[in-house]
Amino acid sequence: MRQTRRTAIATVLLTATALASATACSSGSTAQGSSDQGTFTFWDPYPQFDASSDWGKRVASCGTPAGVTVKRTALDTTDLGNKALLAAQQGDSPDVMLVDNPVVSTLVEAGILTKMSDLGVDTSSVQQNIIGAGTIDGAAYGLPIGANTLALYYNKSVLDAAGVDPASVTNWDSLNAALAKVKAAGKKGITFSAIGTEEGSFQFLPWFWGAGGDLTHLNGSGGVDALSLWKGWVADGYAPNDVLSNTQTTSWQEFATGQYAFGENGTWQLANAAKAGFPYGVITIPAKDGGPAPAPTGGEFVTVPVQKDTARYAVTKQIVSCLTNAANLLGTDTALSYIAPTQAVQAQQTRADSALTPWVSAVAAARGRTSNGLGVKYPVISQQMWTAVQGALSGSQGPQAALAAAQNAAANHQG
Amino acid sequence: MTLAHTDRPPRSPAAFRATHRTRGPQAAVRCRRRRTQLTAWAFVAPLVAYLAAFYLYPLYRNLDLSLRHYTVRSFVDGNAPFSGWANFSQVLHDPTFWPALTNTAVFTVASLAFQYTIGLALAVFFNRRFRLAGILRALFLIPWLLPLIVSSSTWAWMLNSESGIVNHTLNLVGIAPVDWLTSPRWALTSVIIANIWIGVPFNLVVLYSGLQNVPAELYEAASLDGAGAWQQFRRITFPLLRPVSAITLLLGLVYTLKVFDLIWIMTRGGPGNSSSTLATWSYRLGFGTLLPQFGPGAAVGNILILIALLFGLLYIRIQRRQEA
Repeated sequence: MRQTRRTAIATVLLTATALASATACSSGSTAQGSSDQGTFTFWDPYPQFDASSDWGKRVASCGTPAGVTVKRTALDTTDLGNKALLAAQQGDSPDVMLVDNPVVSTLVEAGILTKMSDLGVDTSSVQQNIIGAGTIDGAAYGLPIGANTLALYYNKSVLDAAGVDPASVTNWDSLNAALAKVKAAGKKGITFSAIGTEEGSFQFLPWFWGAGGDLTHLNGSGGVDALSLWKGWVADGYAPNDVLSNTQTTSWQEFATGQYAFGENGTWQLANAAKAGFPYGVITIPAKDGGPAPAPTGGEFVTVPVQKDTARYAVTKQIVSCLTNAANLLGTDTALSYIAPTQAVQAQQTRADSALTPWVSAVAAARGRTSNGLGVKYPVISQQMWTAVQGALSGSQGPQAALAAAQNAAANHQG
Repeated sequence: MTLAHTDRPPRSPAAFRATHRTRGPQAAVRCRRRRTQLTAWAFVAPLVAYLAAFYLYPLYRNLDLSLRHYTVRSFVDGNAPFSGWANFSQVLHDPTFWPALTNTAVFTVASLAFQYTIGLALAVFFNRRFRLAGILRALFLIPWLLPLIVSSSTWAWMLNSESGIVNHTLNLVGIAPVDWLTSPRWALTSVIIANIWIGVPFNLVVLYSGLQNVPAELYEAASLDGAGAWQQFRRITFPLLRPVSAITLLLGLVYTLKVFDLIWIMTRGGPGNSSSTLATWSYRLGFGTLLPQFGPGAAVGNILILIALLFGLLYIRIQRRQEA
């Protein structure tokens, strides 16, 4: 009997603990926060750059003028937001942190970022639409290090074979006509990412905004038009079915096979495009009735988490200024394949590489996802939006019904 | 519990008087006993401390998280108000709840059934010693050795609707391509297939070692009595393996309930929610969006723990009845 009871207890403990390890929210923070006077901590989401890279060296060198050491920790992008919250909870935030722009409003909501104006950092040279994502109630909580956005890459060989002039693609009708010709020529039309994560929403937004969609009314006519456009592409075979599981990276890999006429992708693929082995070009994503559609801005913000020891801010300000001064921005944005957030540096970039010109105009037309007072409402809306996109493209719901359900759920959440 | 019992003084009045009259050999025995007891606790202490720090505290934190209204701000400053069952109520009324629960049930039952059946068949097969059996058995263990991220990504590639090898092969034999990962009809089936492949080695290994304990004489006696292979399996192998089978299935249940990485990598729980389970939903709530919802995420996690506990208790009941 005792044997049985012991087995019983062991079994209960075994089941509970095995699961607990899967579900319990870990509160262990691996990265080190600030403590030492002569060492300033710095987090960024660029694990691809090690200490010997240009970026690693630049970060390290930005401590030198102030006579301090900058200790850099690179984290995975998706990890950084949660790590930042945990570090703040432990009172262990880094001095400077580079975060993805839509995360800024979440961190401001958590009360862990310092206003740029409180630090005395001037933000006036930055383009308004780019800094918008980090502006809450009129105050900027970060400085963009650079911006990227989406456009349409096209494969010249495929378009030539189908008899399509890329310059003729100026609105949705002409894009659809081009896709029809490409399909008739036996090639594949367009690839994008409609995955059920933030990436899916990011890719859907140019079409949504390009039809006049409003994020606070997902099921307005603009949203329905955009979702119907995507659904039509999949249904007509202009776009492959696996867009539903494509990340932006796998979508790029599809485009890089050389089979596709168009690929919706970001500034960061420019270096890969040059290596793709076929002639390519870039056009801005057309709005429904013509003109460039507003694409969402991507890219990171330099932010300054709140510190108990306010005396550290003076040195922190010097580090922020060093990272974002014009000379360093040019180098950083070239390394990251980003567009600079200031017109002066953009001009230098296009002078050095004219291929960046369509990207500069795409960035100028772009919009922050959390801009215009949306802030932390955006994550909830975005989740419902990608769910609707998945529902419609997989055929389980019509675009109208999917977006109506999404709007309903988002409204319920906002309570 | 055992220690407390042995320490209790004898209850007869004579013995009681004896202990109180003299502090002779009895007291020395008691003293020695107490020392033994302290030593025993000293040995147990590290384990208890370990369990408390790494299992009980996280469990408690997860429960606490699910009973408070956390926003990102209160997560940081630690002042989340107690909200009772509000998170659970929100989760239970969420349109994702029933699909996720059903998917979890289908995923778990189908995975366990196939993993166990295939694992058992292979174990019986390898139990007859033959040439190259060792090498073949080692090959079957490969899915177990691969990191889940590798095997899941490989399955995702193979099942890709456009360029996957599975559709390519189907095409060669004239079958129309199937949208394995992107159609709501197939996504759950696809992740189940991959999960079965991953779980077979575990079942094979445990059941195979269980088979080593079945005495060979029983089979000899049975064959002398004229029992065929199927009868031997039904009357000897299967009943004698029952205890091993039970623990294999229970462990398999716990592992399968919490499967997250495989589904996340292959489908992200999509399209829509068609392959979302409680585990992927819990992750999505807590970490999958730009604005974490820790409370509801923890609530879903706790529901998962509760389900596993229920099955653990069920297992104990069945085992007790068998032993009684």
